[in-house]
Amino acid sequence: MVLEKFELKGTGLKSQAVKDGSVLTMPCNPKLQYSWDTGQAVGRYLDGLKEGKLIGKKCGGCNRIMIPPRMFCELCFKDTGDWVELEDTGKVNTFSICHVNWDASRLPQGALPHLPAVIEIDGASEGMGILHVLGEADPKEIKIGMKVKAVWKTANERAGAITDIRYFKPLR
Amino acid sequence: MKRVAIIGAGSTKHRERSPEQSYREMIFEAARMAYKDAGISHKEVESFVTCAEDFTEGYSIADEYTPDQLGAVLKPMQTVPGDFIQGLATAYMMIQSGLFRIVAVEAHSKYSNIKTPNEVAAFAFDPVYNRPLGFNPHFVAGLEMNRYLNDTGATATQCAAVVVKNRKNALKNPLAAYGAELKISDIEGSEEISWPLRKADVSERADGSVVMVVADADAARSLSKRPVWINGLGWASDTPGLETREWGRAVYAELAAKMAYRMASIKDPAKEIDVVEVDDEYSYKELQHLEALSICEKGTAGKLILEGKIAPNTSGGSLGMGHLLEASGAARTYEVLMQLRGDAGERQLKKADAGLAQSWRGVPTTTGAVIILGNS
Repeated sequence: MVLEKFELKGTGLKSQAVKDGSVLTMPCNPKLQYSWDTGQAVGRYLDGLKEGKLIGKKCGGCNRIMIPPRMFCELCFKDTGDWVELEDTGKVNTFSICHVNWDASRLPQGALPHLPAVIEIDGASEGMGILHVLGEADPKEIKIGMKVKAVWKTANERAGAITDIRYFKPLR
Repeated sequence: MKRVAIIGAGSTKHRERSPEQSYREMIFEAARMAYKDAGISHKEVESFVTCAEDFTEGYSIADEYTPDQLGAVLKPMQTVPGDFIQGLATAYMMIQSGLFRIVAVEAHSKYSNIKTPNEVAAFAFDPVYNRPLGFNPHFVAGLEMNRYLNDTGATATQCAAVVVKNRKNALKNPLAAYGAELKISDIEGSEEISWPLRKADVSERADGSVVMVVADADAARSLSKRPVWINGLGWASDTPGLETREWGRAVYAELAAKMAYRMASIKDPAKEIDVVEVDDEYSYKELQHLEALSICEKGTAGKLILEGKIAPNTSGGSLGMGHLLEASGAARTYEVLMQLRGDAGERQLKKADAGLAQSWRGVPTTTGAVIILGNS
């Protein structure tokens, strides 16, 4: 931050004063670590990803097929029923063309933009889907409603994580 | 003012670990029990309060992740970054405001999922004055215990008697994780953590979730055969400063009790209250809290416990059940509720018409809350 660009009354604070530590601050670098129990629903979902499958769960009350799966239906408020293996295809609910990294730094000039997308999975109830990224796609040609298919990592590479799917590519 | 009652409650078992359940699945279990107990469906709950701290959850804005497991989808909900009894106070005020008739309150602990618990605890200390000194957070309890024993003449043996009593009570509580048959010498022989505090004086942590349903008088009478009435509430904080706080007394609990007793028109707590559940995160805290609540005279709690003349925390307290972070006050309130309803099983007290539950938010806080419940 260049402080000199602000017009301040009195004795202005100089950037150098911050750099050399004559403006006092207390640094803090917390070491916070967690390891969440995935429980049954998320655990089975991650197991499915490792096998290269998308697993959902059906609610016997409202008959919705939900992905990611959950052990209880948040609308009927009761236990869900059968596990269901779903297609690894779907359609784009919404997407964006993102030119910054997660930390808000800009992607280098000429780099392909990130293409985050919400994908409604085929076989799941309407509005049920997963957040992922699009690949092998020309940003100019992506459309809401476009059909896409998962591109998986190889069985050896898959670790039981959402990143076991590399990306979803347009289904032509 | 309107009358407000607790009409349903659900609690999962407290356990050292709960790897087969996500926190969402655990909360759903407690919520379903509470709604069933209240004889209502989730659709009848009009608003929801959760009690949680982002740093123990490991999520920022953790409250955004709670509606599904409470049946709160598309309903008003909010999080109180405080203890469960403060959450009940929030629900009470929501009902008093006339905005809602039925409110659910939730708190939980997934402590086993925090891999750096001492870092999380240390993060609560003042970054300028305290953190650079690099003490383990239990040192605060050591400082406080030392001053409390010094000022009151209570002894480490009396504190050990609290541990023996509570761990033993927990053997009769199916929800408790740390029931044990111990002798005073087992406690006094355990390793020193921060003198005079020993390892066995410190409650172990547990995973668990508690949900309660609170309703106004009309809803309570039409829905519930045995509503338990909220007759008093109080909460207060002493200074956060480790340098300036009152070390010998739990001033926050004295003030919270004063507020709750005034509201409940209680003049002589020792006589008028049958069931007493107080915070016992550390053994000496039970003694200090009992005195702050005027359940006994200053400096007498330890002697009375050692001689078996008073026997609070039939649940086993946090020492016997396991400390549930911000849900610890929920476990205390749950026991009072079960006692007042006559549902305490082997632990059932003969006379249980009025009860008190008290919470403390733990080191390094000086915040506590009190709730007075009654069958009338």
